[in-house]
Amino acid sequence: MASPLNFQSFKPVALSVPTISAKLNFSDLMGAFKMRLGIGRDHYTVTPGLYKVGNPDSHSDVLVSANYKLSFDMLRKNLESLNLWILVIDTKGINVWCAAGKGTFGTETVVKSVKKWSLEHIVEHRNIILPQLSASGVAGYKVKEQTGFRVLFGPVEARDIKSFIEAGYKATPEMRKITFPIKERAKLIPVDFLYAKYKLLLILFVLFFFSGLDKTGFLFSKMLETGLFPLVSVLSAYIAGIVLATLFLPWTPFRAFALKGAFWGLVVTFANTLFWNVSIMEFLSLGFLNVSIASFMTMNFTGSSTYTSLSGVQKEMKWALPIQLIFACIGFILFILSKFIGPCNI
Amino acid sequence: MQYLKNSATLKLDTDLCTGCGMCTVVCPHAVFEIKNRKAHILDLDDCMECGACALNCKVGALTVKKGVGCAAAVLYGLLNGTEPSCDCSNTSKESCC
Repeated sequence: MASPLNFQSFKPVALSVPTISAKLNFSDLMGAFKMRLGIGRDHYTVTPGLYKVGNPDSHSDVLVSANYKLSFDMLRKNLESLNLWILVIDTKGINVWCAAGKGTFGTETVVKSVKKWSLEHIVEHRNIILPQLSASGVAGYKVKEQTGFRVLFGPVEARDIKSFIEAGYKATPEMRKITFPIKERAKLIPVDFLYAKYKLLLILFVLFFFSGLDKTGFLFSKMLETGLFPLVSVLSAYIAGIVLATLFLPWTPFRAFALKGAFWGLVVTFANTLFWNVSIMEFLSLGFLNVSIASFMTMNFTGSSTYTSLSGVQKEMKWALPIQLIFACIGFILFILSKFIGPCNI
Repeated sequence: MQYLKNSATLKLDTDLCTGCGMCTVVCPHAVFEIKNRKAHILDLDDCMECGACALNCKVGALTVKKGVGCAAAVLYGLLNGTEPSCDCSNTSKESCC
């Protein structure tokens, strides 16, 4: 077995192959936490190149990874006690799945990296292990044609990579399936929560302001007295559309995400009537607004889900988007009308 | 979990299929099975149109209109008159999902 030092004679680039730990330290964990909150999400990268885990030699496996640090950390923390190479390719700091969709984790990038780092001089075998989710960007047979390296698509999850290797590069059907458990869904909530923050603030401001409308003109005291209900109601619909619909995704009725959100919009509208005493007109107006807002927010969660298709989203949006707009308009009109006619709010 | 019914654009040409089984390897939703040396679509409604099967099918037996099922991307495309684009980060650098 050749020791890593022997690479000197082959290719100088291998001299500087950095060794990385399979353990994550505090700053890795803090970084992951910040990413989940969307802080500096676009600049969390690993320098592309060849890395060592443990003491790999010319017979060791080669794993290919995206250079998004969360992906890279997820991979290396699952490699304890293994000796292998990790080829980090430049996916512009984007995770495997999205990079494969865009093509940055694509056939061309893989081929280029294999050649650039002279993999043929580093290892004697001719296999590279890629994450299964890169298959939407990488044509395995083309990589083989262009580099001589056979692509083995590993499991979907990095945590299964050890079992995959130990089983002789075989994945069980479970390892091949992408899941969307409640824990994963919960992690995505913060970033999705901020998606429409400015639209939300605008709606809240407008509703609060119009709360002061009255037959006699504009009453500042009425605004302060009655403005809280629409704010709480709309805010709860926004939260329901992104938090409740997401957490309860499999148990929420309907397949279309817009309808799942509408369902939760209705639920919070009725839940709010338990705490507030408002006119029917205002209740109706908030009902329309809430359904529209919650529906829109949940519809946007299609982008974070792991099972929605583009054709499906387009199909759904074709009818959902106009209805959401119409409901929002009806809601606003009813809200303003409720300020002029009917019994005064209590 | 399944998304909308009868929506996926995935198509399999059984005549071209050699039964190599690559589609069963790359598909993250177990849409395919190999039976009698041919691939079969088990449930079309499981397909999320990621395009991995078509890209890795050497003989071109599979076709699918590949895309990301993301409403924000579709909306972005609608507002800018382009194809759906997953560029919701509001920065010049492409990112997101």
